[in-house]
Amino acid sequence: MTVYANPGTPGAKVTFKPRYENWINGGWVKPVKGQYFEDISPVNGKPFAEVARGTAEDIELALDAAHRAAPAWGKTTATERAAVLNRIADVIDANKELLAVAETWDNGKPIREPLNADLPLASDHFRYFAAAIRSQDGDHAELDNDTVSYQFHEPLGVVGQIIPWNFPILMAVWKLAPALAAGNAIVMKPAEQTPVSIMVLIELIGDILPPGVLNIVNGFGLEAGKPLASSPRIRKIAFTGETTTGRLILQYASANIIPATVELGGKSANIFFSDVAQEQDSFYDKAQEGFVLFAFNQGEVCTAPSRALLQKPIYESFLGSAIERTRKAIQGNPLDTDTQVGAQASNDQLEKILSYIDIGKQEGARLALGGERVDLGGDLSGGYYVQPTIFEGNNKMRIFQEEIFGPVLAVTSFSDYEDAISIANDNLYGLGAGVWSRNGNVAYRAGRDIHAGRVWINNYHHYPAGAAFGGYKSSGIGRENNKLALGHYQQTKNLLVSYSEKPLGFF
Amino acid sequence: MSPAAPATSTVIASVTVPGETTPRVEFTPAAVDVLRELQTQFGPLMFHQSGGCCDGSSPMCFPAGEFITSDRDVLLGVLDIAPADEAPQPVEFWISAEQFEYWSHTFLTVDVVPGRGSGFSLEAPRGVRFLIRSRLMESFG
Repeated sequence: MTVYANPGTPGAKVTFKPRYENWINGGWVKPVKGQYFEDISPVNGKPFAEVARGTAEDIELALDAAHRAAPAWGKTTATERAAVLNRIADVIDANKELLAVAETWDNGKPIREPLNADLPLASDHFRYFAAAIRSQDGDHAELDNDTVSYQFHEPLGVVGQIIPWNFPILMAVWKLAPALAAGNAIVMKPAEQTPVSIMVLIELIGDILPPGVLNIVNGFGLEAGKPLASSPRIRKIAFTGETTTGRLILQYASANIIPATVELGGKSANIFFSDVAQEQDSFYDKAQEGFVLFAFNQGEVCTAPSRALLQKPIYESFLGSAIERTRKAIQGNPLDTDTQVGAQASNDQLEKILSYIDIGKQEGARLALGGERVDLGGDLSGGYYVQPTIFEGNNKMRIFQEEIFGPVLAVTSFSDYEDAISIANDNLYGLGAGVWSRNGNVAYRAGRDIHAGRVWINNYHHYPAGAAFGGYKSSGIGRENNKLALGHYQQTKNLLVSYSEKPLGFF
Repeated sequence: MSPAAPATSTVIASVTVPGETTPRVEFTPAAVDVLRELQTQFGPLMFHQSGGCCDGSSPMCFPAGEFITSDRDVLLGVLDIAPADEAPQPVEFWISAEQFEYWSHTFLTVDVVPGRGSGFSLEAPRGVRFLIRSRLMESFG
């Protein structure tokens, strides 16, 4: 067990600056209007740093820098860009604890997660795209004896990226790595709930990238995000968030006729077939843990397995054990490596979760565990903590249909295979799902029949670089985490070449 | 410009869903206060109910017409935020048709809480956020 010291206290891994400016053209730039906002730590509900409150004027400065940098960066070789990405990965690895403490303080997540997931995944992600860009070939076709079609991948130029607050560093990296690998310059707007940890990262990696290749402007969605998303000076916009803003982003993109990728969340079903409980063995233990993963990152995951579907013969026994396992989850100081459940990322998120617990009760769902805000006492008393909560109900209830983005699980039963697939697919979203069965044929068929972009079979919440991630239905457009993402940041150039001396003969 | 007078009561929506007779949305007095300030700053307003990741489930407030609605959206109601003796200031409240199918049994109360950030919604820079509180339609009036 390790308890990391609070940032800025003796022995701390990180000391935040009192104020973070925007990062533009390889340096810190004050916001044009001179305004700042406070970043609040969800760990204790207290402000800990000031952050630039960027506006359209700052977005323009960042776009100026990006447009100056893009031509040269786009002409670098894949070898050179891959080397840059690998150096960034090395710096992340070398500063893992520092970044983990910063991430936990900004977001509220238990530090075991950034230490063992967010940051190792982030560095590996850069290495994956370093490899992907080096191994990416163009192609050619010999259309006839004298005519050859050559296809080249070209960067788009300057792209915009808007990042969510649930994995502030990792979600930024998911978008940065393919865009940089493909040779684009970037203007990024982090979430206003978690604006600082990414700036701590840029302090470490800023000098690895040429000035202007990566620019970060903080601020509110209305004041900084919208001017970026609607700018005619970007050639692509990428966004992770909710559906209304997703539609607005697509609307702005249509006005500028640029591509957009949007990841808009889900309401993932986690299906447990009866044969899971055939033996009380290590696999059963793994499946039980797979159920409890709804509380991973306090449920603030787009693919949180927040609908558990249990086959009727095992419903009581499996649920009973899983409730006991969830009850034992350690909720406490997020900087303690023993802590399994930390703080929700913001006060408004806390309020939203409590409002869903309320509607769940009104709809007649049975509260099987939790359901309350937690006061951890002492310095943590002002933090945003919610008990892991389990409801039993049916799939028509709002708690089964909307992404609560909290540690709230909705459980129901199913009779047979068709019933399971029907319930799983009776939802607006299709980002993730889980299937647990000892029967490989059943698991495979279920995985193919569920309308979701990622189906975990006999595991959950793994996000290895290389496995494509993205949504079906209202969960969005595009794929990340795989070399497919390069295509979202590249233009195709076709050179159609004639090697014949003969005229065409029309005129 | 003088500050808007505090709202004295909850504002309940007109009925706009075809074939229905019961309102579906209301603004709390605190929400009306914020909306009047926003109307002064930005002009006429609209809401679109969000779903999905992160700030999903938040009611998003925009200048009227900023968010393009379509046949695949449902107008849940129109709410007049004007003080009693002034010309109407209607605010449309929209939700996507597919989301309405799953939400239609609940009555929505738009409240406001301290908070930070909510997509491109107009209130966020003020350090507040609109929040949906829900109750079952059957229990209403």
